[in-house]
Amino acid sequence: MKPVQYLRCLQGILVREVLRFVHQRERFFGALVRPLVWLFIFAAGFRSVLGISIIPPYQTYILYEEYIVPGLATMILLFSGMQSSLSMVYDREMGSMRMLMVSPFPRWYLLFCKLIAGSLVSIAQVYLFLGIAWFWEVEPPLFGYLLVFPALLLASLMLGALGLLLSSAIKQLENFAGVMNFVIFPMFFASSALYPLWRIRDSSVILYEICRFNPFTHAVELIRFSLYGEINWTALFVVVGSLLLFMAGALVGYDPARGLMTRKQGG
Amino acid sequence: MSDVALDLAGVSFSYGRRKVLLDVTFALAPGEFCVLLGINGAGKTTLFSLITRLFVCKGGGIHIYGHNLRHRSLEALAKLGVVFQQPTLDLDLTLLQNLRYHCALQGLDPGSMQQPIEQALIDIGLEDRAGDKVRQLSGGQRRRVELARALLHRPRLLLADEPTVGLDIHSRQAILQQVRERCRRDGVGVLWATHLVDEVEPGDRLVVLHEGEVLTRGSAAQVMEETGTRSVRDAFNHLTRSGAS
Repeated sequence: MKPVQYLRCLQGILVREVLRFVHQRERFFGALVRPLVWLFIFAAGFRSVLGISIIPPYQTYILYEEYIVPGLATMILLFSGMQSSLSMVYDREMGSMRMLMVSPFPRWYLLFCKLIAGSLVSIAQVYLFLGIAWFWEVEPPLFGYLLVFPALLLASLMLGALGLLLSSAIKQLENFAGVMNFVIFPMFFASSALYPLWRIRDSSVILYEICRFNPFTHAVELIRFSLYGEINWTALFVVVGSLLLFMAGALVGYDPARGLMTRKQGG
Repeated sequence: MSDVALDLAGVSFSYGRRKVLLDVTFALAPGEFCVLLGINGAGKTTLFSLITRLFVCKGGGIHIYGHNLRHRSLEALAKLGVVFQQPTLDLDLTLLQNLRYHCALQGLDPGSMQQPIEQALIDIGLEDRAGDKVRQLSGGQRRRVELARALLHRPRLLLADEPTVGLDIHSRQAILQQVRERCRRDGVGVLWATHLVDEVEPGDRLVVLHEGEVLTRGSAAQVMEETGTRSVRDAFNHLTRSGAS
């Protein structure tokens, strides 16, 4: 296979992902409504309860709405990554996953293409959300919208890779509800998405430590700092490290010789 | 290029301790129509999963046009067209989008494939449904699209796993006729897995798989002669009953 053929494969997978997203309008609106409800209702209600002191990268006191926007943007990536893995399980059950797997490209490349395609679709949702948040007077510097792109991409790839890993281990579509309870919600709530970590430390040191080791926290902080033109190096290393770890796990999971797929299919 | 389209040598596989394929050995020449005949649970789908590299053999080897599937899997897969037993079309995409997606997965330029795609849709009589979502098609129409898709990139070996299951007699005949035509005209090797004995023609090569083992292989006429029967159905019943006992 020549490089141009690899690009065609990537293009094809990307187009399919976009088409599926466009065809499933409820998925599109669902992805937007969730963070907007948090921003418009939850943040308004908790504004007075959860005052935010001056913490990096912010230079001054900020409203609670402004604090949670990066967390909600990362939430979009988290749900989108899990949605993508849900669609992998669906594809596997429905059979269309097989067509991808018998394609004459290396399996790692096919999974990488799926990951990239899913990430770009979810980043488009984040930008739409940030655009709406702008009208809600959450106004980071304009260059932040540009600088946040690499952070969004890395965070999205990391969460997508986690989704891939989970999809390789999930036997049936019905089991995916467990992922919501055991992965998505704990990851989201045990992070700095909704409240700064110092506030959590005041309440529980154990929970604080859990939050500190949660890769989602670092994804949120990477995006938060980038949106204000700064780099959080610790967050960057953790996100890249987690991405490599999850991707390696997903590759093992989808490896026909070693993976889980072989073991769970019979007949 | 190798003069053997598909070569299976001592292929074995098990799910945990349960052995589902035992020392499966047979070969298929280019342009040959080979029927893999076996009842449900005989191991046909597992064998297809091995040939398409969805699973990896735990014993034996598979070569596709001389390419070892273990070591040169990408070259081997590039020769394959596959119709799986389970439908694999994306229901939310249109026919055209499904076929273009397939072209991309084969590394083909969707632009240059426009004409072959249109021709494929004409061949299966669905040219006026190109913009419809697959969800709107009947079961028979979907199977025809799957077959057209499997042949779109001009594979040298077509694997079809129970492609006519659940179809009415006319749809079955149409699909079989189309595949036999491509086999004759373009020299495509075909491995056609089925449990329907009436899909076997006297000139076909026949491999009877039962409980993971090949009971016999040869032309349909040879198998009937070997078993002293007058029809493929009788030969199959004779073999599988004695094989089971």
